Amino acid sequence: MSPALQLENLSKSFGRTEIIRGLNLDIAAGERHAIIGPNGAGKSTLFNLITGRFAPSGGTVRLHGQSLRGLSPYQINRLGLSRSFQITNIFPRMSVFENVRCALLWSLGYKYSFWNMVSRSRALNEGADAILDQINLLARRDLPAGTLSYAEQRALEIGITIAGGADVIMLDEPTAGMSNTETDYIVGLIRKVTEGKTLMIVEHDMGVVFGLADRISVLVYGQIIASGPPAEVRANRRVQEAYLGAALEDM
Amino acid sequence: MTDRAEHPAARRRYGGLTLGAVAPWVIGALLLAVMPYVFASNSAITIMNQMAITIVFALSYNMLLGQGGMLSFGHAVYMGVGGFGAMHVMNWMEQGVIALPLPVLPLIAGLFGLGFAAAIGIFSTRRAGTVFAMISLGIGELVASSSVIVVAFFGGEEGVSGDRTYGLPVFGHDFGSQTEIYYLIAGWLLISALLMYLFSRTPVGRMANAVRDNPERAEFLGYSARWVRYYSFCASGFFAGIAGGLFAVNYEILTAENLDLNTSGTILLITFLGGTGFFFGPIIGAIVFTLLQTVLSLHTDLWQLYVGALFVLTVMFFPGGLAGVIMMHVPPWRYGKVRALIRPYLAAVLPAAVGLLGLASFLEVLFHLRNAARGEEGMTLLWVHFSSHDPLVWGVIIVVTVAAFWLARRNAPALRAAWDFANTPPGADEARP
Ligand SMILES: Nc1ncnc2c1ncn2[C@@H]1O[C@H](COP(=O)(O)OP(=O)(O)OP(=O)(O)O)[C@@H](O)[C@H]1O
Ligand SMILES: [Mg+2]
Repeated sequence: MSPALQLENLSKSFGRTEIIRGLNLDIAAGERHAIIGPNGAGKSTLFNLITGRFAPSGGTVRLHGQSLRGLSPYQINRLGLSRSFQITNIFPRMSVFENVRCALLWSLGYKYSFWNMVSRSRALNEGADAILDQINLLARRDLPAGTLSYAEQRALEIGITIAGGADVIMLDEPTAGMSNTETDYIVGLIRKVTEGKTLMIVEHDMGVVFGLADRISVLVYGQIIASGPPAEVRANRRVQEAYLGAALEDM
Repeated sequence: MTDRAEHPAARRRYGGLTLGAVAPWVIGALLLAVMPYVFASNSAITIMNQMAITIVFALSYNMLLGQGGMLSFGHAVYMGVGGFGAMHVMNWMEQGVIALPLPVLPLIAGLFGLGFAAAIGIFSTRRAGTVFAMISLGIGELVASSSVIVVAFFGGEEGVSGDRTYGLPVFGHDFGSQTEIYYLIAGWLLISALLMYLFSRTPVGRMANAVRDNPERAEFLGYSARWVRYYSFCASGFFAGIAGGLFAVNYEILTAENLDLNTSGTILLITFLGGTGFFFGPIIGAIVFTLLQTVLSLHTDLWQLYVGALFVLTVMFFPGGLAGVIMMHVPPWRYGKVRALIRPYLAAVLPAAVGLLGLASFLEVLFHLRNAARGEEGMTLLWVHFSSHDPLVWGVIIVVTVAAFWLARRNAPALRAAWDFANTPPGADEARP
């Protein structure tokens, strides 16, 4: 079986600066894979390359063996890959429920139809309520999403990401800017909603990373300097020198 | 975590028509049916026809602006193309080329609008924002100026005119009278409004809102923002075309004026005035504007100035438009606190209204003084006859205006306090001292 995600010699330059430099990585189906690295290492850029937001300058991304070259974000999403954003990216004027329902539409096969009423579909509405229940936002159901608290918006961001039932989920710093209790809540949530899926997560909180990930890759200056199970990465000398030493002391 | 079974959402029911959903439409239909009996005069029917056409046009415009986040400066083009198309079909009916009942003409006009929107939308909806606005402006100018070039379709300077009475009779009606036309237009208004409302409840209609809010995020949910905009754009063009067909049926003539920037700008103004955030907003905007345009213009040459001022005030103080102002009162109404607002409203809004009237009077008298023929000193304002050269008149107007504004200003804090009180849920204010 081919890996869920396969990055081959991937690179990206903005002008003359090369941000991702010949990166290779395989992520097996069902794996929880964390990407760690210092600020500006290129983690979000890597996400943007995989999800079609940016076109790579070189190299290939494969999803279940299929090359994603030249595909738009919406086409990649339809292949079963869904992502969240480091900076909350929701539909602020629509209700919380509508946010999730819109995220369900394509996967339930509604496409651009203008002959179905969204209110008439059980699968759609019950599905959206089930997601809201999972992310603990049922009580906020009918409020405009823009009025939610920061932590609630982060939870909604995850809800929108998983709603479509994609089997590869990519989360970019889901706990950024959260208190400890909020972080615990979000981590529990991530664990719950990504059960049986492939997860790729960028995270600065080492507690979260070592608690959640099956494998960890360390990204420094656009290259992966180490990749493996948590214990192995933690023990890696290069990693400690480049990044982890300082980060682990913070814990 | 709360037990799922005891949560209200667990018992929520989906689908099914509720009374609350159907009632506005039934009331609307009844209202449309009885209006010609309430306002039976010829001029009233004429105004109502114009109003209904404007409502369809404004609702179609709001599919772009309010639902889809597309600011168009050239929407008249789609109404115009529909209208011109309808005029040609009407003329074929007269010449015996085809035989159709008149009531299907708006549908044909809608197809003209749809076809044109489908062609233009291919490139204009690639981007939203400024790019879309600029392209719409360019297309608007292009089509308006080509009206004197493509004479076969647009009829050149004198436009295209016809006679609507050559259609196949419908239950013995030949649509010669204004009242018959009223019911034709009212029927199409109801159908179009209902369809536009239903469109907003479909998957692509919901995604139009999502793309309006955040096009990038929509792309990561499987939807191409561009194609979502495109479908909304086509639907909007279709209903604008229907409005054009109704215009053709009502006036039996279309000219280059139907295509120009002025018409496009006016529909933007109407829609914004009514409010883009609620489906019924453009309806209110169209009603208010048509009344101002037809009734106010009979009484003053300055009516456009007042409409402009109203528009500026709305944009500045009530970006949600008139519909937004109405919906602002839903929370106080829910809390059962609307009554607390009545006195402060009378105390502040009434003087403000008097002040605005005073200001308008000042402008009217000034206008009369400057523009009336020599020796024509007499004028009538608010049923009072006086001389515009009389210093006493000027004095009274200035004193009343200043006093009214002063009073409104003095009472404004009380209104604000009452407003805050009316917007706190009943439980929350028990803690008040
Ligand atoms: N669109 C862009 N154009 C130009 N430079 C960019 C662009 N996006 C990112 N960069 C640059 O690429 C580098 C990597 O950015 P990226 O956001 O991928 O880092 P990151 O690893 O996600 O950092 P952080 O931990 O702060 O989120 C930064 O120096 C950034 O300035
Ligand atoms: Mg980042």
